[in-house]
Amino acid sequence: MFDTAFKLKTGLAALALMAGTSFLASAAQADGVVNVYTYREPGLIQPLLDAFTKKTGIKTEVLFLNQGLEDRIAAEGQNSPADVVLTVDIGRLVNVKEKGVTQPVDDEVINANIPQEFRDPEGHWFGLTTRGRVVYASKERVQQDEITYEELADPKWKGKICMRSGQHMYNIALIASMIAHHGEEKAEEWLKGVKANLARKPDGGDRDQAQAIYAGECDIGLGNTYYVGLMMTNEKEPEQKEWANAIKVLFPNANDRGTHVNISGMALAKYSPNKENALKLMEFLSGHEAQQLYAEKNNEYPVMPGVPVSEVVASFGKIKPDTLSLAEIAKYRKAASEMVDRVGLDDGPSS
Amino acid sequence: MTSLTLGDSLPNPEGSAREARRPSHPVALIIALITAAIVLLPIATIIAVALSSGGADWPHLVRYVLPQASRTTAVLLALVAFGTAFIGIGCAWLVVAYDFPTRRLLAWALVLPLAVPPYLAAYAFAEFFDYVGPLQSMIRGIFGFQSRNQYWFPEIRSTGGAALVMVSVTFPYVYLTTRVVFLMQGRNIADVARTLGAAPARVFWRVLLPVARPAIAAGIALVLMETINDIGAVEHLGVRTLTLSVYSTWLNRGSLEGAAQIALVMLLLVIALLAAERAARSRQRFHAPRATQMKSRPPRIRLSGWRAAAAAFLGVIPILFGFGIPLLIFGRYALNRLEQIMDPKLAQAFFTSLSVALATAALTVGMALVLLYAVRLSRSRKMAVLVRIASIGYGLPGTILALGLLISLARFDNFVDALAREYAGFSTGLIFTGSAVAVVLACSIRFLALAEGAVHSGLEKLPPHLDEAARSLGRSAASSTLTVLLPLLKPAILTACILVFVDTVKELSATILLRPFGFNTLATFVYENASRGVVEDGAMAALVIIATSIAPVILLSGALMRDREA
Repeated sequence: MFDTAFKLKTGLAALALMAGTSFLASAAQADGVVNVYTYREPGLIQPLLDAFTKKTGIKTEVLFLNQGLEDRIAAEGQNSPADVVLTVDIGRLVNVKEKGVTQPVDDEVINANIPQEFRDPEGHWFGLTTRGRVVYASKERVQQDEITYEELADPKWKGKICMRSGQHMYNIALIASMIAHHGEEKAEEWLKGVKANLARKPDGGDRDQAQAIYAGECDIGLGNTYYVGLMMTNEKEPEQKEWANAIKVLFPNANDRGTHVNISGMALAKYSPNKENALKLMEFLSGHEAQQLYAEKNNEYPVMPGVPVSEVVASFGKIKPDTLSLAEIAKYRKAASEMVDRVGLDDGPSS
Repeated sequence: MTSLTLGDSLPNPEGSAREARRPSHPVALIIALITAAIVLLPIATIIAVALSSGGADWPHLVRYVLPQASRTTAVLLALVAFGTAFIGIGCAWLVVAYDFPTRRLLAWALVLPLAVPPYLAAYAFAEFFDYVGPLQSMIRGIFGFQSRNQYWFPEIRSTGGAALVMVSVTFPYVYLTTRVVFLMQGRNIADVARTLGAAPARVFWRVLLPVARPAIAAGIALVLMETINDIGAVEHLGVRTLTLSVYSTWLNRGSLEGAAQIALVMLLLVIALLAAERAARSRQRFHAPRATQMKSRPPRIRLSGWRAAAAAFLGVIPILFGFGIPLLIFGRYALNRLEQIMDPKLAQAFFTSLSVALATAALTVGMALVLLYAVRLSRSRKMAVLVRIASIGYGLPGTILALGLLISLARFDNFVDALAREYAGFSTGLIFTGSAVAVVLACSIRFLALAEGAVHSGLEKLPPHLDEAARSLGRSAASSTLTVLLPLLKPAILTACILVFVDTVKELSATILLRPFGFNTLATFVYENASRGVVEDGAMAALVIIATSIAPVILLSGALMRDREA
């Protein structure tokens, strides 16, 4: 009896294998190729990679992951096809480094393009763009034009603050920066105050907070700068322009230490099989042409000094970034994540 | 005559006596054991990862995370179990016991919500029930409200909201399993009860419902496993379940070990669930009526006038929720982006999804057949337990299961590569890691529970002496399997294939982690488009996912109808 079962099984397996191999990707290691593992959305980086291919003739292969990118490279070990890693968030850049899947880069062009505060001191990761974690405030209901992060714990905002989950990496980085500046104890007091001021349970994305302000559910929300640009230029869903028009962007702490900024960045994979091409891509991404594309297409702040920001972003006014190093902030991510649990931030205001 | 019964694989009482006379089948068992080993590989890897660290995260987890997350998970599961039971059984009863216009249409349309992935449904529900969404805007328009404070509206971004989403898209599992039993199992008993003068309602509560209990339990078990492993819906709706804490432990605290440890807790939950399912079926065997008894249709009560309208209305509501709302939301976005349908990448993603889903369906059902056949052959209790354990992967978050597979496959690949380098002087590179094979394997392991359940209930209804009779008539083992068992199992195999196919088309988390370069299924295509928080841009692909699943889902409903008459 078993032979039939066996034949059936091997037949099915062969079928699966055939179906599988018929669309296996081309060889990972080839001349004129660079393999990119990315947390950044393909739609955004494709124009950059196209420009790179046009300029150098080097083709790019892209693998987009939402989680576990560093775990995959680590598992693949020295046979990993990964050359360059692209990601948002300082936490993820630090993770990639700590997971041991990157190698240091000391490249004159890159070092000249990217200011020191946006580079890992050991050269394992490099920032490419920055984005401010700002306050979206209702144009109608919020009179003040200045604000601080500390002020978010002020009882005057009771029932008026909206935000996405405290465990989201953007909020974790912000809370980590509060710990870095004030120490854990004070930061926790602050976070409790913020929780008490929440209008509703944290959820959704940054744009949902703008929508909530538009809908009158809250007066202020936390969000990244480029989302406002995305909403303002959304021709497909024009109602999002109304959300964007209902809010004004306030840069917190503009008069003291500056606004918390996070970065998107890149790293060179430890066992990069196409290292030369990888370095060319990294140089290109830090260069003027790519930096300008980042600014225009995604409304981010380029790290290269002198590259202009997009029109929408320019309309917010000038950002004064917090100068505390991101590597320093990243050290407090775990503490921040645990603090969010401890305070029960994601339970919302009631409990 | 198929139901989706998740197996209770106990050997027949007379099995042990027969065992002595049975020739052993070492090769069949070895193949089955290898299959089981492959299936258990990722789970074993996750357990190894969990045990590799001392649990430095536990004081924090125990104090601040697990109590709340367990409570939320328990409440969510309870709501979903109650909701799917209520709607699934209610709808099954409606289309089996009553006759009214649109009944036949409803009977298959009630399966449609299965085509909608929970993460898309969650998004659609959040949009639909939001303050600026169509429903509340309409309410404000009708009553002239100006602001939120003037009226009360339930919050969709809540545990209750998440339960509503999960119930809306998973109740068909309960509906399908229950309907089959109502159609065939209860008929004879119901007839007897009616002859004895019991009213229809009484027949339902006292006779049919108890008989259907195993099938209902099996359907709910599938629903709950799908609810436990869900990450997309609960994340979007801000509901902090155990799965969500797996992710925050892993991603924000860089502790894969801690995450794996929470996953272990979830595995225990799944095992408890399966044990409970087993208990719910306590000593109830699923006796197969003879084929001759299946010929007559159950008498349906004809409804007319307002009663018929009410019945049709009741039957339509779950479809409106589980299918209508997602279709409305994504349809509206897709209308603004009609040009996307011409995107060659969309067509490519469609064909990739089709290939992956077909290969996965074939492999999964093949594995289920091999495993269950080995149980039938060996009549070994240990084997039966092993097969049950093999299907608990369904209750794990897809990413975690996929990570387990990734780690073990990569280790295998690197081991082979090291050997080749050492002794043959060349590099094999990564053979399986980062290939479509890994994706198909991951989906197969994930959805084995679906195939195992369907095939098992098919096998269970075949009297054990059937293949033996064939053999005593001179057929070889292979021939009796091929000519007797497999044809009889065809409906069960078809059901299993369709269920796995549909779930694979919807699958996102394992596929996205394991795929090769430039490899997009419809689900990853939606995600790539939607990853900037711009779900609108994935709307067209989302509709294609739903459309791709509709045909098999209708086929499934039809297969079960025909199956009943087989």
